[in-house]
Amino acid sequence: MIIVLGLLSFTIAKQRALLYLQNNEPLRSMPVYHGLYVSLWAFLIPFFLIILFLTFKANYLNYLVTPYLSEETISLGSEEIMYVKNFLINNISNLNNLINSGFISEADSNSLIEKYQNSRLISFIFVIVLSIVLSFVSYRKLSVRFDARRRVESILKFIFFIFSTIAVLTTIGIILSLIFETLRFFSQVGFFDFVFGTHWSPQTAIREDQVGSSGSFGAIPLFTGTLLITAVAMSIAAPLGLYSAIFLSQYAKPKTRDFLKPILEILAGIPTVVYGFFAALTVGPFVRSCGEYIGLTVATESALAAGLVMGIMIIPYVSSLSDDVMTAVPLSLRDGSLALGATQAETVKKVIIPAALPGIVSALLLAISRAIGETMIVVMAAGLAANLTANPLSAVTTVTVQIVTLLVGDQEFDSAKTLAAFALGLMLFVITLALNVFAMIIVRRYRERYE
Amino acid sequence: MDKELENNNIIENKALIECKNVDVFYANQQALFGINLNIGEKEVTSLIGPSGCGKSTFLRCINRMNDVIDICRVEGSIKISNEDIYHPDIDVVELRSRIGMVFQKPNPFPKSVYDNVAYGPKLHGRILHKDDLDEKVEKSLERAGLWSEVKDRLSEPGTSLSGGQQQRLCIARAIAIDPSIILMDEPCSALDPIATAKIEELIDELKDNFTITIVTHSMQQAARVSQRTAFFHLGKLIEVGDTEKIFRSPDHEQTEAYVTGRYG
Repeated sequence: MIIVLGLLSFTIAKQRALLYLQNNEPLRSMPVYHGLYVSLWAFLIPFFLIILFLTFKANYLNYLVTPYLSEETISLGSEEIMYVKNFLINNISNLNNLINSGFISEADSNSLIEKYQNSRLISFIFVIVLSIVLSFVSYRKLSVRFDARRRVESILKFIFFIFSTIAVLTTIGIILSLIFETLRFFSQVGFFDFVFGTHWSPQTAIREDQVGSSGSFGAIPLFTGTLLITAVAMSIAAPLGLYSAIFLSQYAKPKTRDFLKPILEILAGIPTVVYGFFAALTVGPFVRSCGEYIGLTVATESALAAGLVMGIMIIPYVSSLSDDVMTAVPLSLRDGSLALGATQAETVKKVIIPAALPGIVSALLLAISRAIGETMIVVMAAGLAANLTANPLSAVTTVTVQIVTLLVGDQEFDSAKTLAAFALGLMLFVITLALNVFAMIIVRRYRERYE
Repeated sequence: MDKELENNNIIENKALIECKNVDVFYANQQALFGINLNIGEKEVTSLIGPSGCGKSTFLRCINRMNDVIDICRVEGSIKISNEDIYHPDIDVVELRSRIGMVFQKPNPFPKSVYDNVAYGPKLHGRILHKDDLDEKVEKSLERAGLWSEVKDRLSEPGTSLSGGQQQRLCIARAIAIDPSIILMDEPCSALDPIATAKIEELIDELKDNFTITIVTHSMQQAARVSQRTAFFHLGKLIEVGDTEKIFRSPDHEQTEAYVTGRYG
């Protein structure tokens, strides 16, 4: 409705501005801006109002139904009150349900519904009237000399500011919630036990007398597992990705490149679940039989299998980005090197790669953070056993996998087991953040030296 | 036909580079038409002509830099010291190591000043000792007239120098591989007049040891630095001769129109 009003006011205002033009009056701003100015007023403020209404709707409904609770319900305690309230709120537009439920009498039902519908009507009319009034007020301001363009610009600037703030605030909110939950976790489990503990078995007692009721929350095995798998993955992805990037950007003919690059990028589009069962069903058994052939005992779920598949998954992150930065190295540098009698390989090694290094480093680090955060492949291919080992042939588990297993289950939300997930999440976040900062420092230092 | 005659007339037998019927195609578009041009040893030859006339393309034929461009095809014969450089047995990399090239825009590598100059010698492995390399770098920079300005800044990145210094660094880099020929593709087009004057001075000194071919848009520059001048137009070589003659009394009307600035 307000969209229609906004459009309507846009057309009217534009028409008026066009009228000035037809009368050969020196219009200061383009007619479009006159239209935009009025319609922004007619649309934006009511729009934010609607959002505000919707935000506080739940609180309002809560307030609305509270007087209708029967004394019997109130005497039953807070949980029952919550239940009845929710029932009333959910069925607030359905008279039959309200009466049949027995929580509320017929007369009360009617008055509740009436109140609800009145308030809806009032807020609706309020928004519409506001929209009309605002468009009218802003319409009155239009004149030949009116500087609609600059005002529209500043309104738009404000809108963009709001949106960027929303994005930033959301991020901050997520981080804060992580931090608070983590603090709660550390009130139950010691900080050092968590960060430096070498044993991970996250059990908490459901009953006091349960066997093995005290869990241990040493995160070291998880992080070594993550590191191990990431290392395996990078040892696959870094050379493969880098060399294919060199081929694509330096040796391949444009046609070949146009053909190969999208195919390589498809690798990044395969769902990780697919990689996961590929790892679990094909690569895992293959690695094991290979290992057995040369006399090694390999677990079916091994870090090696998961790492291999993960490495293949992140090849496109390395290759595609590195290819872009290497292609972006000025042709004049390449020509300069070739003209000095360097072969193509010498040129790549001594000129192209040094010039593209900041980009290549950030491509590698992006791939690493991708590998650290990867969950699905590891769940399926590397197992759940938290072994503290550096042997890629044994089963390991990673931080992300443990977060999943901690939260999947019917533990109550404030147990140490669930809260541990937040602590792990925070640590993971800190690590990837540190990695990114580290990458940025390297890149900046390199730039300073060579630019 | 008379063109060929002229060519042969002017070049006695001291031609280092001999080009016969050179055609160049970009995909299906012909960029150069039957160029016959001989370039004399240890003198400066300038190639002039309006933009897009093919003079840079011709220059890049001489060290086969056109090979880098996939769609480019070169026909005809170019001989350096009587050796056909388009013969299948020719090693392009070795060929280029005998020919220095200076580009339109200074393109120092993202390395230190020292490493920029040492790049070529290191590559070709002709110099084994660090001391010899130091000497080579110093000598090359000296010949490029840059040594006194950068001798305390050898470890700074080449890109931190000024535009004119960068271009002289690129010349030093080209000299360092001991080429017999130096090709310059509008080496001063990105430089201010003072830096340009320095480069021109340098070219004048270098001609005692190197055969220099320079593409330029500035007629004054061609007149100042070169002994012979070739005028290109629309992919054809219109006229070639002693610089004085080309600028004083060219045989062709087109040449005259161009050098007097009435055209192109």
